[in-house]
Amino acid sequence: MLKRNFIIFFTVATISGFFGNIVNAAGVAMKPGEYAWSTNGVFGSFDRKQLKRGWQVYTEVCAGCHSVRLIYYRNLAEIGFSSSEIKKIAASVEVPAGPNEDGETHKDDEPIMRPAKAFDKVISPYPNKIAARAANGGALPPDLSLMTKARINGPNYVHALLTGFKEAPSGLKLSDGMYYNPYYPGGQIAMAAPLSAEAVEYSDGTKATVEQMSKDVTAFLIWTAEPELEERKRLGIKVIFFLIIFTAMLYAVKRQIWSKLN
Amino acid sequence: MTKPVWKNPVVKWIDHRLPIFTFIDHSAIQHPTPRNLNYFWNFGSLLGFILVVMIASGIILSMNYTANASLAFDSVERIMRDVNYGWLIRYVHMNGASMFFIIVYLHIFRGLYYGSYKQPRELLWIIGILIFLTMMATAFLGYVLPWGQMSFWGATVITNLFSVIPFFGDTIVTWLWSGFSVDNPTLNKFFSLHYLLPFIIFGLVFIHLWALHTHGSNNPTGLDVKGDKDEIPFHPYYTVKDAFGLGFFLVIFLGFVFFAPNFFGEPDNYIEANPLVTPPHIVPEWYFLPYYAILRAVPDNFIDVWGWLPVIIPAKTAGVICMFASILLLAALPWLDTSKVRSANYRPTYFWLYWIFLINTIILGFVGAKPAEGAWLLIGRLATLYYFLHLLVLIPLVGRFEKTKPLPNSISSAVIPAGTTDEESVNA
Amino acid sequence: MATTSQDDKKDTVDDSKRDFLLYSTYAVGSVGALAAAWPFIDSMNPSKDVLALASTELDLSSVEEGQSITAMWRGKPVFIRKRTADEIKLAKSIKLSELKDPQADSDRVQKDQWLVLVGICTHLGCIPSGQKGGDVKGDFNGWFCPCHGSHYDTSGRIRKGPAPKNLDVPPYRFTNETNIIIG
Repeated sequence: MLKRNFIIFFTVATISGFFGNIVNAAGVAMKPGEYAWSTNGVFGSFDRKQLKRGWQVYTEVCAGCHSVRLIYYRNLAEIGFSSSEIKKIAASVEVPAGPNEDGETHKDDEPIMRPAKAFDKVISPYPNKIAARAANGGALPPDLSLMTKARINGPNYVHALLTGFKEAPSGLKLSDGMYYNPYYPGGQIAMAAPLSAEAVEYSDGTKATVEQMSKDVTAFLIWTAEPELEERKRLGIKVIFFLIIFTAMLYAVKRQIWSKLN
Repeated sequence: MTKPVWKNPVVKWIDHRLPIFTFIDHSAIQHPTPRNLNYFWNFGSLLGFILVVMIASGIILSMNYTANASLAFDSVERIMRDVNYGWLIRYVHMNGASMFFIIVYLHIFRGLYYGSYKQPRELLWIIGILIFLTMMATAFLGYVLPWGQMSFWGATVITNLFSVIPFFGDTIVTWLWSGFSVDNPTLNKFFSLHYLLPFIIFGLVFIHLWALHTHGSNNPTGLDVKGDKDEIPFHPYYTVKDAFGLGFFLVIFLGFVFFAPNFFGEPDNYIEANPLVTPPHIVPEWYFLPYYAILRAVPDNFIDVWGWLPVIIPAKTAGVICMFASILLLAALPWLDTSKVRSANYRPTYFWLYWIFLINTIILGFVGAKPAEGAWLLIGRLATLYYFLHLLVLIPLVGRFEKTKPLPNSISSAVIPAGTTDEESVNA
Repeated sequence: MATTSQDDKKDTVDDSKRDFLLYSTYAVGSVGALAAAWPFIDSMNPSKDVLALASTELDLSSVEEGQSITAMWRGKPVFIRKRTADEIKLAKSIKLSELKDPQADSDRVQKDQWLVLVGICTHLGCIPSGQKGGDVKGDFNGWFCPCHGSHYDTSGRIRKGPAPKNLDVPPYRFTNETNIIIG
């Protein structure tokens, strides 16, 4: 009887899978290609050299419009910067100093600033969302910290989007200030192609092609979205390994105890 | 059951005044349990375990969570990034909710297959449905707390359901929101209730167990226990079986936590709530999808289509009523099902109805994930119709006309045919 | 454990191999349960953002002799005074036997000129006065706690009043002449 139930169960599962495929097939935008990120798979880990390059692309290209507001300068230690490097990176920008001894936050209508420190958040290009919209023709450049988690198939999508800018097909009339990108839902995006060859100069000698920069900055964004990824997967392997052994032992004990019954 | 004799003087002293050890001995050690329970009887204790894990991880999360509309999203990200093992505890809580529902659905469908709701276990079943409803409320409230886009818009859509209540609808919705839209007061209130309800579930679980232990577990044959030969003590037989089941479950559960923690989630919930932008597809969490499909299946022109029915209620109201009825009707199942035989193993017609009903529910789930239009809407309507047809027409009828298979004389005679030693094959 | 007929039955099928498997499973399970408890316990230790603020770095180049500044360190006020020659002399001249909590000035400072103290009275946790020019500084020209009248000297040692101990010296180090990291 149980056997028959299992056969029916698997039939149900197959039908479910069929419906699942229909669900997936109905997308509006073009499906991004699959890229083998170093973070993929059970043993996935960060390529720290790549993350550093990605940080460079972010600061030199993306940071003009996009924030990564969940990242602190101190977090850069996790991608391989030393504490003195972090201090230097942070000190190169300024943040509002807050009220001084006399309670003033502004002097001559300018906010009083101090150099940023490791415990400060990475500075945002705009003071608030309204200013960001105003500077970008009404479009809001989204925060990038969680981008690869906040889109379906995030990493592949971001990479496809960054490298997917094209001439609009002849049938499509672009609205004012819009650009064509088949990976973006609806095909029209307010961001112009952000990357061009040699837009940054890598210190490690890697050639800065559009493809390379896109991969690097995407890898960097995987890290900003899931900084715990490496620790999670490493711990996970140990935990699952332990549980499989423990469960096998429990099964043996169970067999032993139940064998008394018959 | 023998009355235990306690040797340890401290245990003896306590037990004489508060017989807690005797209680544990009777309900978890000696408790006589049918000898033929298969692995579908593992889910009860598993659910108890998940409840404890959810409460423990939830308490830790609440120590770091801020229930304020402008801080909630970032406080969750702080848990993920800065709190020691915060990511682990949050992912356990998130995936634990999905596991809770997977196991509770298996538990419910186990009950449906083996007729566990029938006399004398009607109240046990109804208390179970109360637990399920409280779980749904808790899960919905909890999903709002991270204050992502799906949190916000899910809360908006679900609370708006109450606007269909005649005359008082809008007043009630305003009361639910404590304002004029889902906002900070709503979030605060939801956090408070999300913390409260699990303890109510805990209490209900005790009542559920009390009712269970009054008449004991049902079993795959559906027969009543007829003598000592039919039963074995809960410990060590079922404690070890439950422990093994738990280990197996943990591999799957933690597999998701460590390697696919966002599998059950919506990417949109990693975008902070924005009252000005609705996501293109608002989808509830997967465990609500069948009910969401039923909600949307009722035609807008309900009265035109079903004009001959003596109903004068607008479509939106009818959809909400159908959705709640789909769960509440289950509480009437002990009386809708007229068959004297419990287990589907001996009910050839019900056997097929059971599987069709299960597939139909899964189809409803897929429909719930799709926009309510075109073929999906049609499938959703047919599946909704069948759902109610099954409960209201087929189940009462089949009990009357079905020719059941001959039942074994007793549990033990069904389990121990001459010469069999492998209990696995016997359990089937 | 209760004595029951079931336990008796178990004894009859006793066998060391069986027990070994059972007890090793118990052992492995206990290890797993303990390991699982750790993330819950550790989550209540200071988090990364709290630790990031656990040390405070200050530039003291603008502090004049005889002046004090107050910095925040781990949620507590830290008094930093650039002592005058007189104050240093006063702090060093006192005999240890006269002190309630005997401690030499040289054990309390790294550089004679800079006195760094946690600005919390060791009696009941009030903030002593004496940081600003016009403040009451007590009988020993250091700090005075207004709550119950404890007097501290120019080395932050308790001299008079109910406080049992000298003002705490936080861990700190100078990275150069005027740059200090507290914590």
